[in-house]
Amino acid sequence: MTVIQKKIDDNPIAHLSAEDIELIGKELDTIRQEIRDSLGEDDAKYIRTVIDVQRKLELGSRAVLLASMFPPAWFVGTVGLSLAKILENMEIGHNILHGQWDWMRDPKIHSTTWEWDMASPAAQWKHSHNELHHTYTNVIGKDNDLGYGIMRVDEDQKWHPLYLAQPLWNFVNACFFEYGIAAYDLELGKNLATKKRRQNPEFRAATKQVLKKVRNQATKDYVLHPALSGPSFVPTLAANFTANVVRNLWSHSVIMCGHFPEGVQTFEKTSIEGETRGEWYLRQMLGSANISGSKAMHILTGNLSHQVEHHLFPDLPSNRYAEIAPRVKDIFDRYELTYHSAPLVQQVASAWHKVIRLSLPNDWLAETRPSNLPSQLGKLWKMTTGGPKVRRAMQTRPAAA
Amino acid sequence: MTTTVPRPNSVRSPLASLRERAVRLAEMVTTPLLPVDYLDLFDPLRSGAALRGRIEAVLHETRDAASIVIRPGRDWLPHKPGQYVRIGIDVDGVRQWRAYSITSVLDRADGCFTITVKAIPGGLVSNHLVHRVRPGTIVQLDQATGEFCLPEQAPDKALFVTAGSGITPVMGILRNSAELLTDTVLVHSAPTADDVVFGAELRQMAAEGRIRLIEQHTDTAGMLDARSIAELVPDLHERSTWACGPVGMLEALEEHWASVGAADKLYTERFRPRILVTGEGGTVTFSKNGTTVEADGATPILDAGEEAGVLMPSGCRMGICFGCVLPLREGAVRDLRNGEITTAAPGDGVLIQTCVSAAAGACDIDH
Repeated sequence: MTVIQKKIDDNPIAHLSAEDIELIGKELDTIRQEIRDSLGEDDAKYIRTVIDVQRKLELGSRAVLLASMFPPAWFVGTVGLSLAKILENMEIGHNILHGQWDWMRDPKIHSTTWEWDMASPAAQWKHSHNELHHTYTNVIGKDNDLGYGIMRVDEDQKWHPLYLAQPLWNFVNACFFEYGIAAYDLELGKNLATKKRRQNPEFRAATKQVLKKVRNQATKDYVLHPALSGPSFVPTLAANFTANVVRNLWSHSVIMCGHFPEGVQTFEKTSIEGETRGEWYLRQMLGSANISGSKAMHILTGNLSHQVEHHLFPDLPSNRYAEIAPRVKDIFDRYELTYHSAPLVQQVASAWHKVIRLSLPNDWLAETRPSNLPSQLGKLWKMTTGGPKVRRAMQTRPAAA
Repeated sequence: MTTTVPRPNSVRSPLASLRERAVRLAEMVTTPLLPVDYLDLFDPLRSGAALRGRIEAVLHETRDAASIVIRPGRDWLPHKPGQYVRIGIDVDGVRQWRAYSITSVLDRADGCFTITVKAIPGGLVSNHLVHRVRPGTIVQLDQATGEFCLPEQAPDKALFVTAGSGITPVMGILRNSAELLTDTVLVHSAPTADDVVFGAELRQMAAEGRIRLIEQHTDTAGMLDARSIAELVPDLHERSTWACGPVGMLEALEEHWASVGAADKLYTERFRPRILVTGEGGTVTFSKNGTTVEADGATPILDAGEEAGVLMPSGCRMGICFGCVLPLREGAVRDLRNGEITTAAPGDGVLIQTCVSAAAGACDIDH
């Protein structure tokens, strides 16, 4: 894959005229307005019910964990707490912080007052996620969600032997995803690079906020709750750690599925200058992928399984994405665009396949078969141990360029 | 080790600090939420919670008016008869705040109070309360407030002039002050006899000699003006007078009372602001929130902000309670009640009442 602008033979939007793109925009605007106008009591009831269930599930699970020295209690409590944390982050926190429920004018459920069970403070996450990721979706170099600044996400990025460890990094990042998010909300890579940036008071203040949040979160999960469990101190600590890792793995997987599966398009920085509303919509359509599955799965993903719909209408309440989806798909079909949707396991596998593929030199994985494995490994060895010149000489050029 | 008998004031402070520590510990356990967020799940009306109430019953008074029986949270303070309460209720999922007069007797055995609401055509909240709300609904409350009350020393002679739902604060007073008011006249206007809210009860009071009741049924008899009230109540100006009703009626009364030099004997209560002047409008920026809206010169900044999804502080929505005040960083706003322009230069942060101020050009609100 490569940025869409460089695709000459198989550019998926070559058949669309500028008028088509603006028409798509108008149709999507109409859907958005219809849903906005129809928001009401049932929607409000939905989010309040989810919050109510989540809080009771969390309280109950934490209560059960007070006796976590008994294995069944540990198991039940850990499952319950993992689910509660997933609900809290995905269907509740993520969506409230998007402003999806601001229309209710309830100060308790509002993007400006909400704080979530997560290392990254809500205010910082809202900036990096709502303003950067949702504006610059899948634009290489602008959208930090694309590989979180530490991964090779596109054939156009030069391969380096360090990328061989990319699947491992990705897995470690998945396990400790909430800290990864906090670090990337701080733009650590950029801000730690020079002394001047390190000493920037804004960066220092933001770092302080993150550390305070991390400390509060860790005190709750790894000190106070275990301490309240008395003789069950260690099992409760283990349960809370497990629940956090389960939640991290789950949210990382869901988010990888949103933009990383094979076939999802990436864009060049220059391509979004002077972008019209229709073109912005189109970029969201091409840059997102859905997960198909049961209603429970949709809720546990925070309805990010409807990633396409979410990216088109990030501030519409998540409980409405399912009803919007067929109408959006119809637009895809009529304009001959590919609506990426597949079951969870398939999307996760596809995203991981891409991570692994890009950890290797371009086309290496595709060219490798059992019969030529020894020679391919030899080639990889040479590229890994050789200098930049060797790599450049052996590197296949991006397929579509 | 010696022990001393703790002195009363030294008993309190360790207890208080212990309590404080316990609260802080509870907050550390529930972070990033607060302990109240969990307690609210089980008892939203408990002491220490944000003030709320539960609607217990809706009693229909006329075809378009109803008394809503509300059980307030345990931190509710007793009201003074004649006062109103602000109620936040979700209509179609959206939180709306309105003020309604309290009409019940002070010491109801069940601890509830009632507000009485007349559905006004097109009124979002009033129609919801009268026709659709169901018992069990939780509403947000403020403590009762308002100045439309009898003074400490009740007057020997009292006159109440009301129209339509204007009877509600007066009913709050009449029901609670039977022994204080010895010589009372009530002049009440409503379209027909059936439209008189509390009609049966008022007629009963009149029959018992507690009040002199003058009903004016405007569909057949037309509207009362100040002069005809003076004819009906000859000792008009000897009476302390409380009036509540439509703006036009109140203005006519104020004019009349002022013309005879008795303005200090008239107390009026308004349910809606008097909008006198509108202007050209402009762009309103809520700078902390980052939202910008175009607002016309007749739309209060409060409404414009809420429409745009900004979480605005709000209160009476008629320029009385100052619950909606926000700093104007820069720009100009017009007071909808009198047309006065308020301007602010950067750094001024002039406090404005957003419920009665409309944009008069571009303005930047620090919110």
